[in-house]
Amino acid sequence: MKAPHDEADGRSRPVPAGREQEARAVSGRGSRARTVRTGGGLSVRVDVRASAVVVLLLVAALTASVVLIGTGDFPIPAGDVLRTLLGDGDAGQEFIVNELRLPRVLVGLLVGAALGLGGALFQAVSRNPLGSPDVLGLGQGSTAGALVMIVLFSGSATQVTVGALAGGLVTGLAIYVLAWKKGVHGYRLVLVGIGVSAIVTAVNGYLITKADLVDATRAVVWMTGSLNGRDWSQVWPLLGLCAVLVPLVLGNARALRTLEMGDDVAYALGVRVERTRLVLMVAAVLLTASATAAAGPVGFVALTAPQLARRLTRSPGPNLVPAMCMGATLLVVADWASQRAFGADQLPVGVVTGVLGGVYLLWLLVTERRAGRI
Amino acid sequence: MNAAGSTGTGSGDGPHMTTRPHTTTRPHTTTRRSAVDRLSAENVTLAYDQRVIAEQLSVGIPDNSFTVIVGPNACGKSTLLRALSRMLKPQRGRVLLDGHVIQSMPAKKVARTLGLLPQSSIAPDGITVGDLVGRGRYPHQGLLRQWSAEDERIVRESMASTGVAELADRYVDELSGGQRQRVWIAMALAQQTPLLLLDEPTTFLDIQHQIDVLDLCAELHEERGRTLVAVLHDLNHAARYATHLIALRDGSVIAQGAPADIVTAELVEEVFGLRCQVIEDPETGTPLVVPAARRSRTAAAPVAVAEG
Repeated sequence: MKAPHDEADGRSRPVPAGREQEARAVSGRGSRARTVRTGGGLSVRVDVRASAVVVLLLVAALTASVVLIGTGDFPIPAGDVLRTLLGDGDAGQEFIVNELRLPRVLVGLLVGAALGLGGALFQAVSRNPLGSPDVLGLGQGSTAGALVMIVLFSGSATQVTVGALAGGLVTGLAIYVLAWKKGVHGYRLVLVGIGVSAIVTAVNGYLITKADLVDATRAVVWMTGSLNGRDWSQVWPLLGLCAVLVPLVLGNARALRTLEMGDDVAYALGVRVERTRLVLMVAAVLLTASATAAAGPVGFVALTAPQLARRLTRSPGPNLVPAMCMGATLLVVADWASQRAFGADQLPVGVVTGVLGGVYLLWLLVTERRAGRI
Repeated sequence: MNAAGSTGTGSGDGPHMTTRPHTTTRPHTTTRRSAVDRLSAENVTLAYDQRVIAEQLSVGIPDNSFTVIVGPNACGKSTLLRALSRMLKPQRGRVLLDGHVIQSMPAKKVARTLGLLPQSSIAPDGITVGDLVGRGRYPHQGLLRQWSAEDERIVRESMASTGVAELADRYVDELSGGQRQRVWIAMALAQQTPLLLLDEPTTFLDIQHQIDVLDLCAELHEERGRTLVAVLHDLNHAARYATHLIALRDGSVIAQGAPADIVTAELVEEVFGLRCQVIEDPETGTPLVVPAARRSRTAAAPVAVAEG
């Protein structure tokens, strides 16, 4: 009974009858995954390469943060930045570092992480790299909320933030409801999202034409996405939200991995498909909407961070943690690049991430076509 | 080579010819008490939205059988399988697994008892065979029990018994269709369920790989004591491999039982609307359906049947 299987396919390598294959690790590419087991029957599996990528990205993000804090009209050497952060700097530096620049960098890190994670979730749920929040119209939804506050009510910064948050949440809900047809399916989600995005973009265009010059300028600055002038009042809500949502999402990560293989397989493996998807999409919408409310619709981070992370880790699956770290790194580096090249507060970070993202997307398409996938 | 179902539960009266009396139109619908079986559907009405596929359908899957569901396209075969695997909730009636309504059971518990190889499955980009098969362990794992030594052992065994062990480090996208199907079966095996449902496991495979997959199923059934339920298109494959055959048409069971007992020219014509002869398979002695020639089907059809 065994023979037909071994010889069944001309493409399988000819294998001698020995059993040595069975001794090899079965966990994919050789020694990549390490398993830690305790006596009590607990076991945790760690992907070595993915962990290395995460560590490197964290180092890069923190280094960029320190450099970014030192950058500006009043440059501070990295050593002084570190000393000040540890509570040992002089008073002047302490004010600049802790009150002006640190919150901005923290907002950048949190926004980047939230967008990276939200993007990874959306792409995994829709099983489509284009199923990211920017494409689905969540950014536009937040923009609409913000524009309503700016243009119609000339609202304060706080009101604009609330408006953006509400706009993002309402758009997310609308997409989910419209895409619902005995469950939400990938293609439908993307197509409905693109449709919603087109409608909301039209509304945004209309709102801009209704605005007077001052409001219109403010609106355009908000719409490019910027970290200028962010302070601690933006840090805390974001931090709190991430502290709740990140563990929730990571707790569902294993179920999400089975969803990648199709709803039927996930069902067969005992995943409550629709519930998992709802929980993760609500989390993703919250993450994206609050990140957008804090920094404006920073383009392309949600789209590119998960894809870049995945190419670095070279492992299948949603790569949630690497995507999160990649998002944070990308945003801080982009912020630094925009300040470095054009001077502080000159160019909104959204412009730089847009350029980075655009170049990346083209690179992705070119290489994927070479690999024969598209 | 001992093909499964070569003997069936034949009553010992030798080969079955087309002249075999076909006593009633629904001879075997009540042969099984569903309460005995681990998996059964009781008076289920199955529908997608408003489109009703089957009404008042009752089916029992005999324990330790290799049950094959056959029937023409759109007769509800796959729908029935979806209901049995709790992916489709019956509008009326219930599906019972070990005496419990399947929808009321915890999802992971069901997944440790009943496995399913669906038609539509997606191999994630860049996944290796070993990784994919390992994902079949999901219902046995938890946040703090991610990869036990047992998981490792069972994945290795599943790959060995489906003949894909040597492919463990290959990417699934590089494999041929036959190899890929064996990998998915290995994943379903790694789930270690006493019951395994397969939705058209041989579709899109060439004949060699079809037989290969069916041999594997027979081996799982005979040597590992799994209860298998498969939807198959090919009636001759079904008759050769099944120990229990369920013939469906328009959402109702036309006949069920051992292939040797129920596969007759009359049944084939009733279920598939095809005139044919049923002869003895020279290899296994199971019924072999030979469609009538085109001319005799169109002109002198009744004669062809009577001649046997």
